[in-house]
Amino acid sequence: MLNKTLHISTSPHIVKGNSTQVIMKNVVYALIPAALFSVFTFGLSALLVLGTAVASCLITEYALCKVSGRKVTTSDYSAVITGLLLGMTLPPAFPLWMVACGGFIAIGLGKFVFGGLGYNVFNPALVGRAVLQAAFPVAITTWTDALSADRFTSIPSSVLALPFMEPVYDITSGATPLSAFKFDHHITPSFDLAFGMIGGSLGETSSFLILAGGVYLMVRKMANWKITASILTSVIVLSGALHLFNAELYPSPLFMLFSGGLMLGACFMATDMVGSPLTTKGIIVYGAFIGILVVVIRIWGGLPEGVMYAILLGNALSPQLDQWLKPRVYGTSKKKKS
Amino acid sequence: MKMLNIHKDTFKHGVHPPEYKEETNHLPIRQFDFAPVLIIPMAQHIGSPSEIVVREGQEVERGQLLAKSTGYVSVPIHAPAAGIIRKIANVPTISGKMSPGIFLEVFPFSGQEVAEGMPLDIETASADEILKGIQDAGIVGLGGAAFPTHVKLKVPDDKNCEVLLINGIECEPYLTTDHRVMLEQTEDVIHGIKYLMKATGAPKAIIGIEANKMDAAEHLERHIPEDLPIEVKVVPVKYPQGAEKMLITSIMGVEVPSGGLPIDVGAVVVNVATAAEIGRLLPHGWGIQERVVTITGPGVKNKGNYLIPMGTPLRYVLDQVGVSDNISEVYMGGPMMGMAVSNLDISIVKGTSGILVFNDEDVVSRNEEHPCIKCGACVEACPLSLNPSRMGLMAKFKAYDRMAEEQNLLDCFECGSCSFVCPSHIPLVQYFRLSKSIVRKRKSAKQHA
Repeated sequence: MLNKTLHISTSPHIVKGNSTQVIMKNVVYALIPAALFSVFTFGLSALLVLGTAVASCLITEYALCKVSGRKVTTSDYSAVITGLLLGMTLPPAFPLWMVACGGFIAIGLGKFVFGGLGYNVFNPALVGRAVLQAAFPVAITTWTDALSADRFTSIPSSVLALPFMEPVYDITSGATPLSAFKFDHHITPSFDLAFGMIGGSLGETSSFLILAGGVYLMVRKMANWKITASILTSVIVLSGALHLFNAELYPSPLFMLFSGGLMLGACFMATDMVGSPLTTKGIIVYGAFIGILVVVIRIWGGLPEGVMYAILLGNALSPQLDQWLKPRVYGTSKKKKS
Repeated sequence: MKMLNIHKDTFKHGVHPPEYKEETNHLPIRQFDFAPVLIIPMAQHIGSPSEIVVREGQEVERGQLLAKSTGYVSVPIHAPAAGIIRKIANVPTISGKMSPGIFLEVFPFSGQEVAEGMPLDIETASADEILKGIQDAGIVGLGGAAFPTHVKLKVPDDKNCEVLLINGIECEPYLTTDHRVMLEQTEDVIHGIKYLMKATGAPKAIIGIEANKMDAAEHLERHIPEDLPIEVKVVPVKYPQGAEKMLITSIMGVEVPSGGLPIDVGAVVVNVATAAEIGRLLPHGWGIQERVVTITGPGVKNKGNYLIPMGTPLRYVLDQVGVSDNISEVYMGGPMMGMAVSNLDISIVKGTSGILVFNDEDVVSRNEEHPCIKCGACVEACPLSLNPSRMGLMAKFKAYDRMAEEQNLLDCFECGSCSFVCPSHIPLVQYFRLSKSIVRKRKSAKQHA
């Protein structure tokens, strides 16, 4: 006779494979090739910046969870992603104490004050980066040349600057392709851009590896390809139209695609599920909005790069997009007011 | 031979759970032995429970009336076997509630012949007589809902039934009862459809079948007489294709209005096994005594489709088919919408379409719930285009009334697609079940105030 205590649970009794943790883990995997390439391009300093960014995010998350008496959530990988993304938006010779400030702000202000993972409005890494840009305008626009000979043997002194001390730069301040375009009207060849033989932030250099990582996530359905496609399409269309109108004044769509942080933003930041709309229509509009802002800021704005602000503004807009573009519920004739 | 009508149109969204049907879909229906004692609850259907008309110690024939219906939304219950009424007492049911019930001790050496009733001739019976016959036979939706069929078939005076949809979709993974019924009880199905068309006044009938049951579709197509206006339509495999609203949209291309019924778009939907039962019982005036149940899942030794007398205790069923040593959970119904069983002393009832047994390692690991990361998977899954992500958040903040007013909570029919896809393992559909019942209670409280 069957005599066994049965467990009970609510339906459904089967689930699809992906868990949040697995998704987050895969985002980390997808970022690793581009991160390693930045270490190859910029050497030890890149390794230190990335490591500090990740460590400061993890420590902040742990400390804030402990202080507020919440369950410690460092194992969900989201802080690792924030750290990696933050690190990749920074210049290679960025002082480490500033990196740590960025990590603290990203997790504390970008995520924790909103209620933790899932409740944040803005991409935490970009919140950290935005504060750093406001606080340290010089450090964040001082670039090291790529592939310098001594990159694996020495560390730029600025990296190890003491907290609250003005860093001393002993390096040649190379221009990024975007600032070269903005201020000197010099166009870097697209091939160099795509394969990362250029100066810039850690994650700005190899568009190709970043795109490959992004495609990996999209194929595994862990990032929404529609967001990336919508951003890149709107960038191509708008910059292409401008380029056709006046090729002297406006750079080609290829240059626009592969320079700066566009790939990193389009593949890893704008696709951050938390800050993007839920509905397909909302996602398309969100992507187009970001793409158009990127081109507008780069060409007419006062800054060489506009990806960060474009995505932050897109994040701010996305809850509204979900409201405005709410899909029609089955069996209802018109959209319900809310 | 007519060509099969393969339909590409389908409803929006939905999910593709693994099917697990191959273990039982080729196995013919087998007759199950009578348990020594059948335990028959009076609350087997939606509506008011049946009222017992026999007394303790009374001997009954197989098919004899045990309990009568207690109103319009109610059906009678017939003796599943010849035997003696041992006891009348409260018995457990799947919901956890106790219901009045009958303990019927089966005569071991009886021939178990079914008592002949009042035959209902399809040629001479009127629509209302057929509806009455269906109620008297104790027939309810055998797909799992157990809603009295005659109520569903009653077309309001101001409406017309333009098409009778026969639901042979069986979109729940693991279950293959409808599949086997279509293959093995083909004549009953066709005969039942004739009764149903007459009862509803529908000029035509369409049998909807998912593309994973091509053999059943071809088999039916071959057996439907040319002169009958019955069509077979094959629709894409997608969960929850078998939900009434989804089936109507896939086959007819229209949507049932929110809060409305299929008849609002001129359709009546009946499960194919229910149709077969009508076709089998009405010509004899019999009451329903048994049903086909898929017994499967990793924990079952002799998987298959069994014709099981109503009231057979689950414990007896599992003893007969054999289960593994480390069983953990037992479900009644499919894995997407079925309910976990907490007590093996409940019995097979009219609404039992399947019994699934999962071992320890098969049970979804109830890892802690993670926060919603707004991935949108549930939004892409919901067949009604609701926003489960947002509703889940609202449920956490107990904003039940707003869920109903702003988010169409009451349209949700609890298919579970949202929970199935959620990577954060948020029990969304469970939140919605609770929210719906709270909203309904508040509404009825308001009406009574």
